[in-house]
Amino acid sequence: MKIRRRDFLKGVAASTLLLAAEQTPAQAKRARKDLPPNAVGILYDSTLCVGCKVCEHACKQANNKPVEHTNPKEPMWDNPQDLSANTLNVIKRYGVEGQKDTVDGFAFIKRHCMHCLDPACVSACPASALVKNPENGVVTYNKKACIGCRYCQVACPYNIPKFEWDSPFPEITKCQLCAHLLAKGGISACCAACPTGASLFGPVEKLRLEAKRRLGMKLGEYYDFPVANIDSTEVQQHRAGGYVQHVYGERELGGSQVLYLAGVPFANLGLPDLPEDSYVALADGIQYAIYKGMVYPLVVLGGLIYIIRNREEKKE
Amino acid sequence: MQERQVLGGKVLTIPFKVCAAIVLIGLFFIGKRFIFGIGSVSNMNDGYPWGIWIAYDVVVGTALACAGYSIALIVYVFNKGEYSPLVRPALMTSMFGYTLAGISVIFDIGRYWQAYNIFLPWLSNLHSVMFEVALCIGTYILVLWMEFAPVLLDKFKADELKVRLNRIIFVFIALGILLPTMHQSSLGTMMLMAGHKLSPLWWSGFLPLLFLITAVVIGYAAVIFESLVAAIAFKRPMEMHLLSKISALMPWLLGLYLVVRIEDVNLRGYLPLAFDGGLLGNLFLLENLLFLAALLILAYPSNRQSPRLLFIASCAMLLGGSMYRFNTYIVGFDPGTGWQYFPSVPELFITFGIIAAEVMAYLWFVKTLPVLPKLTKA
Repeated sequence: MKIRRRDFLKGVAASTLLLAAEQTPAQAKRARKDLPPNAVGILYDSTLCVGCKVCEHACKQANNKPVEHTNPKEPMWDNPQDLSANTLNVIKRYGVEGQKDTVDGFAFIKRHCMHCLDPACVSACPASALVKNPENGVVTYNKKACIGCRYCQVACPYNIPKFEWDSPFPEITKCQLCAHLLAKGGISACCAACPTGASLFGPVEKLRLEAKRRLGMKLGEYYDFPVANIDSTEVQQHRAGGYVQHVYGERELGGSQVLYLAGVPFANLGLPDLPEDSYVALADGIQYAIYKGMVYPLVVLGGLIYIIRNREEKKE
Repeated sequence: MQERQVLGGKVLTIPFKVCAAIVLIGLFFIGKRFIFGIGSVSNMNDGYPWGIWIAYDVVVGTALACAGYSIALIVYVFNKGEYSPLVRPALMTSMFGYTLAGISVIFDIGRYWQAYNIFLPWLSNLHSVMFEVALCIGTYILVLWMEFAPVLLDKFKADELKVRLNRIIFVFIALGILLPTMHQSSLGTMMLMAGHKLSPLWWSGFLPLLFLITAVVIGYAAVIFESLVAAIAFKRPMEMHLLSKISALMPWLLGLYLVVRIEDVNLRGYLPLAFDGGLLGNLFLLENLLFLAALLILAYPSNRQSPRLLFIASCAMLLGGSMYRFNTYIVGFDPGTGWQYFPSVPELFITFGIIAAEVMAYLWFVKTLPVLPKLTKA
């Protein structure tokens, strides 16, 4: 059979149009990802946090990170302003500037990796340096694979991965949920250290139920709150705070293994309003629609080779 | 077969020496970067992990280097052999543009000594757009050198090798059309992942399509620009008959781009952002007005005969397309939480060094290799 060049071009044009008609970019997304079978995570309850920063200290000890001075002229103690290459976990405080906390209220927020169900960093990384453990869902980093392209930083919707800008041999750093401690049967250092149970470690399924339980509590009444690990027997009694009726991280961008509860709007705590479908699912969907798993490019390449060789032969 | 000409003349001219000085300054800062880390020369930070080295050297630079792609498309796929005088110079600028983009990636990535990790099958992440871009650009640089190799073989009179290469060159030509189509659109796909961090004036499901169109538009504009500037600089006649024919295509491409670009923002309901008087809105308007201006100029056949108007239109397309890409990667990108980015002087000098190296290589090659078409006596 002889395929003429013009016919081939027509075919290509037609299939491109069909492709465009079949799926507009907004519809081209792949399905959401499920929770890994033994997913573990953290439930951080802002209403229980007293801002003592013991978790920051424990994190640095567990991960061998140096102290950081926001003001180098007064190096008194570790006081990072935000996450950095040396600070994988940070407590930040929200308040209204110029107003007394007792009038307008204040709140703490603990920031670190969310361990997303559909992590943008893992999808972005060209060298599989960031991977999501298929069992417990922890997102870990392998410096031996990393090429330092920093696409993970661009891709992360929460700006979590940090880069060692001042090192000639830089690494990406981020919370890995103390994977090295989990491997020994332990829990993440921040949760182990938290004195009030604001940072609670546990299986994500249980943490989700616990979060729901707290949202149903009556304001001002005393309830039992587990400390450190949701499976531990240690509990403390606290008055229930006024919760915003939303578990942040349950659905945001397909969900994450770190969940937040708070008494003030999450946007005030630097947690943006995000859609339920991850940008990863959308990008993957579009990429798949265009390439159909490398089938289209190979077909086009075959066609191009055919056209060009025919033409070159004719010339000779 | 089209006859080619070695331009000849002195290589060490004043412009060449000025470029050499800029390259030396750039090299100094590159040395500093390798000893003290990226932070010692660049203002990039954890909020803006990509600066001008990616946004200009790679994203805009490879688009400017799409001259070869755009011309190959028209000569080989649409079978317009008449344009073949434009092939070699276009191919050469593409070769330099892509090669230097590849080199600048090496000093941009933090862990360059294990860059090959991407291509180790057990580490390659087939889901990563970055992987696809890296693979395509890496292969394309090789393809460009293979496509250009006949010119070098001409010079060294390696005829036997040339005959052998010519037997398989169609594979490289085919790859030379496929690969840019893939990675130029993927450069757009890449920023899909930035999600809410990218202004809705730029973030769109149509990023891949818009990046592909701008690559072709910038590619043709670069051909026109390069051809006109070379004609003036080397006192050669202008290739107006070819340039005006090529530019007849442009209004269609520009029209398609503008319809998709504006309608996409409009359908998502963000068009009011363009008119709110802010920096982003104004840049959005400027980008599209530049394309619109080029469209209006090139829509009239009589304008396409005028070197001056062609030059103005090509500048408008180069600027508009480059701005679109630059804004997608830097200006429209805002990670929130107060991060700021403006390139530092050393960072700029490294990019200037790259551009200067490109100009030097161009001057050197056209003067010593058979690149430009041979002039026939009138």
